[in-house]
Amino acid sequence: MKESFARIWQLIVKEFIQVFRDPRARFSLIAPPLVQMLIFGYAASFEVRHVTTAILDLDHSQESRELISRFWASDYFDITGNLKERSEIAGLIDRRKIALAIHIMPGFAENLRKGQTAGVQVILDGTDSNTALVALSYVGAITQRFSQEYLADHIMRTMPAVARVPSVQLMERPWFNPDLDSTWFFVPGTIGALTLTLVMTMTAFAIVREREIGTLEQIMVTPVSPAELIAGKTVPYFLIALVQLTLVALLAVFWFRVPFEGSVPVMILGSFLFIFSVLAIGLLISTISATQQQAMVTSFFFIMPAITLSGFSFPISSMPTFLQWLTYIDPLRYFEVVLRDSFLKGNGISVLWPQMVAMAVLGGVLITFASIRFHKTLD
Amino acid sequence: MDWARTIAIARKETLQIRRDLRSLIVVLVMPVMLMSLMGYGINLDQTHVPLCTFDQEGSQQSQDLLKRFAHNKYFDLTLNARNYDEMIAAIDARQCTVGIVIPLLFSQRLREGDAVGVQAIVDGTDPNTANLVIGYAQQVTGDYSTTVAVNFMQRRGLGVVPPLSVDARTWFNEELESRNFIVPGVVAIVMAVIGTFLTSLTIAREWERGTMEQLISTPVSALEVIVGKLVPYFVIGMADAAFCVMIAIWWFEVPLRGSVLVLAGASALFMAAVLLMGFLISVVAGSQLAASQFSLLITFLPSFLLSGFAFPIDQMPLAVRLFTFLIPARYYVVILKAVFLKGSGLVANGSQFLGLTLFTTVVGTMAVRSFKKSL
Repeated sequence: MKESFARIWQLIVKEFIQVFRDPRARFSLIAPPLVQMLIFGYAASFEVRHVTTAILDLDHSQESRELISRFWASDYFDITGNLKERSEIAGLIDRRKIALAIHIMPGFAENLRKGQTAGVQVILDGTDSNTALVALSYVGAITQRFSQEYLADHIMRTMPAVARVPSVQLMERPWFNPDLDSTWFFVPGTIGALTLTLVMTMTAFAIVREREIGTLEQIMVTPVSPAELIAGKTVPYFLIALVQLTLVALLAVFWFRVPFEGSVPVMILGSFLFIFSVLAIGLLISTISATQQQAMVTSFFFIMPAITLSGFSFPISSMPTFLQWLTYIDPLRYFEVVLRDSFLKGNGISVLWPQMVAMAVLGGVLITFASIRFHKTLD
Repeated sequence: MDWARTIAIARKETLQIRRDLRSLIVVLVMPVMLMSLMGYGINLDQTHVPLCTFDQEGSQQSQDLLKRFAHNKYFDLTLNARNYDEMIAAIDARQCTVGIVIPLLFSQRLREGDAVGVQAIVDGTDPNTANLVIGYAQQVTGDYSTTVAVNFMQRRGLGVVPPLSVDARTWFNEELESRNFIVPGVVAIVMAVIGTFLTSLTIAREWERGTMEQLISTPVSALEVIVGKLVPYFVIGMADAAFCVMIAIWWFEVPLRGSVLVLAGASALFMAAVLLMGFLISVVAGSQLAASQFSLLITFLPSFLLSGFAFPIDQMPLAVRLFTFLIPARYYVVILKAVFLKGSGLVANGSQFLGLTLFTTVVGTMAVRSFKKSL
């Protein structure tokens, strides 16, 4: 037993020497994760502000100007110009100069004053369906408010017998992220996506590289057992990944100022289990690949769906059922929940234990597979 | 540049590809699988948002409003909570995304002509979903409010109609389906990844195995090596691109409104850009390990996050926005979306084509230079 530990220790030392010998490799372990975090943390956002908007007011009345001024006052719209003719809209949208046009037809004020319904037409570029949907709901909020206020005002003026008109107002209370700040959602999520990529690219090559260069045979003639080799390969990458994850998480808290409501031990436990399960997948890929190229193809093929289907940016609940089932074998799926619950909700182990168990089981099963595969390939 | 030598290298590379059939199959099958996984997996539409309600009043009128929520296609009623705590617990456990609270005296206050507030507690963890949900909820309450006001007046014998009606016309993606917006972008991501790594490994492999020295000892020039080596991969890459586009059109039924020729031209230019990028990486990196790590680093996540395929570029801070100009997928995504949905042609996409050409030229020059230097 003692000898076994000594041998594992030797392997760990060897692995560290190999990783840190190359100054470029040393640099590439720390700098890229930080740079990526800084860029991606800002890039990933579904926020919709400053929608480029053009106004076509063919009524030129006090009422139409009143409605338009509400769009000017809103942070969500950037009014880029007043149009003269409807035909201008098509060209502007085609050339992506505007995403939205508000068209007020002649007779707008007249209809309003007569107590009839006045129409407003909204033309929007649907290419980006998400932005279009959100922009449309902002337009809805502004016009509805205008409508309600105008109605109340109109009744007050023309029917003095009625003192008040009832209305129902929605008071929205977004929890966990009161300003609906996109970075609060994406920055913790990016920690997981980045760690997955880093760990996979490190470990998928760990064994196949030695095999291809021929050093694996050299190691195998020593008394090192396959299990010891796996352990010796795992521990260094585990530690490196942990350092990377910690650095990136610190960036999230201190640079992006995302509140951390949860408990640090829960977050650490989740990170341990997540790195462990990803390591297991990487090692499994490494043992089933004959060449580094195969290892790379396979890890690529794993990373892309793993990130896309993890719920990192696209809600799992909107996926078709068969894909939802597939997400259960994606360790990132669980870690994303741990990350966001820890950062935003402050949930503890009592809520997050299923995620923890899932990652532990996934990692345990896969690392066993990797060891068995490794035994076989040696014979 | 001697064409005979270039063709000879291209033939050698083709032979090498054919010998490794397993990798070839992977390269041809991978785009199909990635397209279907990502095409189905990426969906931003919110149609069945789980909803819970807490009706403090329990009158006919309050139920009337809640019914409007339950019958709306965007919401699925999952829980009628009996008290506040039950509702909170449901939101905490992610059982529902939104909770609607109707206050006491709701109907009485409306009868008296009050403005009554209805609370919507929304799980804001995912702000995009929350934003859409709030929009839908506002629509439901707004419509209800108008009905209440009109009825209130009618009971007094005074006829009023809602003063404003908004008629929204959506162009290019009439149903606002996120699939039409996402799938063309996925084509770009899949091609960026496959293109870069097609080449990044092959060159690095030659260095590592020492066969590059043998190749260099022959009279071929740097340009001939690059062109000869890249042509077979270009052919494979274009086949992949054709697969992706066909899947987008026939499987995901994204309308292709523009010209196939413009699409093919853009794809060829983009393919050249990513192949050259892969070549450059493999020359600079030297080893397969470094080449693959580096190409993974600069293709997948940057194309995913910075190309504008899902995350709008104009919402990013200026520094990040400038950075996106270094991502070739950025230009290609714009062209793809415009050709697919808007049906626009070469002229409308002129600046994107220019950007892509510029990128390809710069990367190509750098590849030739660094390859010469490494000799």
